[in-house]
Amino acid sequence: MAPVATPFFFYLLSGIMLIGGILVITRKNPVHSALALIVTLLAQASIYLMLYAPFVAGVQIILYAGGIMVLFLFVIMLVSIDRSVRERQFNSQWVVGLIAATALGGLFIAVYTKGKDIFPEHAMPVVENDNTQKIATMLYGQYMFAFEIASLLLLVAIIGAVVMAKKKI
Amino acid sequence: MTDSNTLSHLDLETPEKPFLDANELVINMGPQHPATHGVLRVILRLDGEKVLGLECVIGYLHRGVEKIGEHRTYTMFNPYVDRMDYVAAVSNGLGYCETVEKLLNVEAPPRAQHVRVILTELNRIASHQLWLGTHALDIGAITPLFYTFRDREEILKIYEKYCGARLTTHAFRIGGLQYETYTGFEKEVKNFLTFFRPKIDEYEELLTTNRIWVERTKNVGTISAQDCIALGVTGPVLRASGVKWDLRKAQPYANYKNFDFDIPIGENGDTYDRYLVRMAEMRQSVRIIEQAVDALPEGPIIAKVPKVMKPAAGEVYHSIEAPKGELGYFIVSDGSTQPYRVRVRPPSFVNLQALDLMCRGQLVADVIAVIGTLDIVLGEVDR
Amino acid sequence: MGQIVAYIESYLGSDKTPGAAGNMFWVLVYIMLVFGGLSVAVIAMNWLERKILAHMQVRLGPMRVGPHGLLQPIADAIKLLLKEDIMPAEADGLIFWVAPFVVVLAAFTVFVVVPFGPTHAITDMNIGILFMLGVSSLSVLGIVMAGWASNSHYPLIGALRSSAQMVSYEVAMGLAVVSAVLMTSLNETGTGTLSMIGIVQAQMAQQEWFIFKFFPLGLIAFFIFAVAMVAETNRAPFDLAEAESELTAGFHTEYSGFRWSLFFLAEYSAMIAVSSIAVTLWLGGWLRPFPNLHGPSISIPHYWPPVDPTAPTGALDLVFSLFPGVTFLLFAAMCFFNTARMPKHPLFKIQTMGLAGFGVVLGLIGLALFVPPIRDRVEDIFWFSAKVAGFMYLYIWYRGTFPRYRFDQLMQMGWKVLLPMGLGVLILTASVALLQPMIWHP
Repeated sequence: MAPVATPFFFYLLSGIMLIGGILVITRKNPVHSALALIVTLLAQASIYLMLYAPFVAGVQIILYAGGIMVLFLFVIMLVSIDRSVRERQFNSQWVVGLIAATALGGLFIAVYTKGKDIFPEHAMPVVENDNTQKIATMLYGQYMFAFEIASLLLLVAIIGAVVMAKKKI
Repeated sequence: MTDSNTLSHLDLETPEKPFLDANELVINMGPQHPATHGVLRVILRLDGEKVLGLECVIGYLHRGVEKIGEHRTYTMFNPYVDRMDYVAAVSNGLGYCETVEKLLNVEAPPRAQHVRVILTELNRIASHQLWLGTHALDIGAITPLFYTFRDREEILKIYEKYCGARLTTHAFRIGGLQYETYTGFEKEVKNFLTFFRPKIDEYEELLTTNRIWVERTKNVGTISAQDCIALGVTGPVLRASGVKWDLRKAQPYANYKNFDFDIPIGENGDTYDRYLVRMAEMRQSVRIIEQAVDALPEGPIIAKVPKVMKPAAGEVYHSIEAPKGELGYFIVSDGSTQPYRVRVRPPSFVNLQALDLMCRGQLVADVIAVIGTLDIVLGEVDR
Repeated sequence: MGQIVAYIESYLGSDKTPGAAGNMFWVLVYIMLVFGGLSVAVIAMNWLERKILAHMQVRLGPMRVGPHGLLQPIADAIKLLLKEDIMPAEADGLIFWVAPFVVVLAAFTVFVVVPFGPTHAITDMNIGILFMLGVSSLSVLGIVMAGWASNSHYPLIGALRSSAQMVSYEVAMGLAVVSAVLMTSLNETGTGTLSMIGIVQAQMAQQEWFIFKFFPLGLIAFFIFAVAMVAETNRAPFDLAEAESELTAGFHTEYSGFRWSLFFLAEYSAMIAVSSIAVTLWLGGWLRPFPNLHGPSISIPHYWPPVDPTAPTGALDLVFSLFPGVTFLLFAAMCFFNTARMPKHPLFKIQTMGLAGFGVVLGLIGLALFVPPIRDRVEDIFWFSAKVAGFMYLYIWYRGTFPRYRFDQLMQMGWKVLLPMGLGVLILTASVALLQPMIWHP
């Protein structure tokens, strides 16, 4: 299906992402921050869709928004939030923070202006039908070793979490 | 961390600790709660989800029945006893009438005793049916309730035809019965038995081998035989823990010795065994009624009892095997028409003491199952 | 004007879904149809649940509001709309307001890819099944928000339990789904598909519903999914978090009136959605039973011209194509039979007429379903809906029969029983698929 109104959707989704991101760091209530993060992640999934990567978008929704954020919310809700709501929002090191942010921003702008030429003018026409197949072939073919190492790492993390949380083995 | 085996006093005076503090949580259940079978208040002390101990607060249904008894004549007090265990009113009446007959030294004629046995065993079936329906409902099976209540209607119809009331029957009188059995009584009781026998199988089919039911009831609310005897627990709870003690066989009353029946017992004393014991008891009751109905003797229905009852001064304790356990009456007479003291030993009141022990170490969802399996009626707990 | 008509007509006769074909007008029409159909289905489910549960419990169910209680769901809806809208004092206003909408949104968006027929879907994403699983996992967020916003610890505990249960059973569901998707790759190219329509077409090409494939592996995968989907939708026997007799009262305690009806709507839509996944993946979607058997070839008389003249037609085709019409005529006959049994009291006159009218409407629909052009287009939708209706009946049957699992037993079953079973089925399915050389080309 031919893409429809790409600039409009791109600006809309990026705007949602930016607003969501700003809300994450400015809200006092951590639950509100987590919900703003969920909105950001959903907007990000939509941008993946625009980049002809539907599999990545689907996995983003399932794992990130539907799994990890739910766990974030569990922890936030089970830990008493009275203290954090009354905490000061902006701490006293704001001068250093401002300098660091400006330096980082300058760095990004420099990289962009210097390296503008390597970015293509228009988006490559990519066939979206085999995004899943391509990921599968690469993941289970070329990057098989990394895949197995990552799954082993996750297993170790799960066992560690269970060991730390159980009262007696 | 308190040792969970000591019965430590619940500390409700200290100021409120933060919610979900990892150590202890005190939760109140009731008195208005769909699963406490009446107005029972249970205060639970939890460690997360596990129960460390609980305390029952009763008295919400206290009506002063025993005090009333001191100001009524023996005949006038008869209707009051139905209202204690309102589910099994006929048994209450049997206990009281037999106690007063003991006090007066009269014996009900054989025909009256036969009919008493029939009605009491029907009452046992009805009480167990109500227990099954509500217990299954608490655990989540919503259908057996309707089946048992539908079948219970047949028993209540027999009561209504006999004495005019379904629930608080006031069926017996001191010395025997007031009403002769109506025409067709034996036939209807026999029809009920043929109707009811496959129904027990129907209830068992829904629950006994259902793996969810078994998982919810096995090893839940276990109580050992020694603990039962130490706490004075009687009835199906005692028998499910392995103690073969049934007053109908141990201290027979009301010509139960003429009938042939078994006492079902369990092994582990958990909820599943109590369920099996009560189902088996229903079958044994059917057996008893069958034998009684076939051998109904002719004769008078009430003994010669003085119109104004003034029993000799003295005291008597008499107990019967009510559906819920040992129901005892201790009546002290001072020679006048009104008793000096009527003390009722309700089975549910004594069984409720075991709730704390049975719920230790169980999860919160099991507390509801255990309250259901004890088969308590607040009417007789509070009187 | 002519351009618009041409745009509308350009889609007719296409062999793709409107979303895939890019035709916005028909996409909107299909969205309206699916949304309307879903709402009618939820209302019907409400009535059916009460009636079927009642009949299982030896009672009648609603009988007064409308003939045989047929207007009961409408009465319930009006009552819920008229109720006072309560918000707890300390509740978080924005989250309290948004939570039901998130759950409803998640439950309804899923229907964008549900295939009622080869072209009867709003769109056909090539990650269809992944999209469905992902969006239905967003409803967990809505539940957590609802429990939190109520500002009372019983709904919070209930919400956290509900969501923990849903997240756990999503894992088992996912593994069962992967087993089924694996079976779609048994074709010449060796690539499977995640698209819902593609999965049904794979079942048609392999001439076997996936529930029977590699017997008993397909059956076990279906069983795992069937159990996990009941737990996913918080229905009996996994409804501890919302049961009345338990200590924690459930995440929707503080919601009343319209807000509560949104949760209720979302619950039934989610039930229909996961049943649609099960039907599509294992029971052949819109395919009629024995889709590749055509029976002895008969020359159907020409007053019944087939839509696709090149498709083979046989006696079995004719027999199965009569099913939709006959089903509706059966419903109409039941209505008329019950009209005859209505009490002959003047107070019941309106109800009797209503029931007879309803029977007439059903009969007309049944007769219309014998007309070939309508019949051929609706046949697929009928078979799909019939299978989903079977699942709905199973849901109600489970609720009437089974006691409730305790929460720790529930979690134990999800992680210790279904997950290993799912992994085992997946590995075995992959191994058996590899050992079938005639189908798989490296």
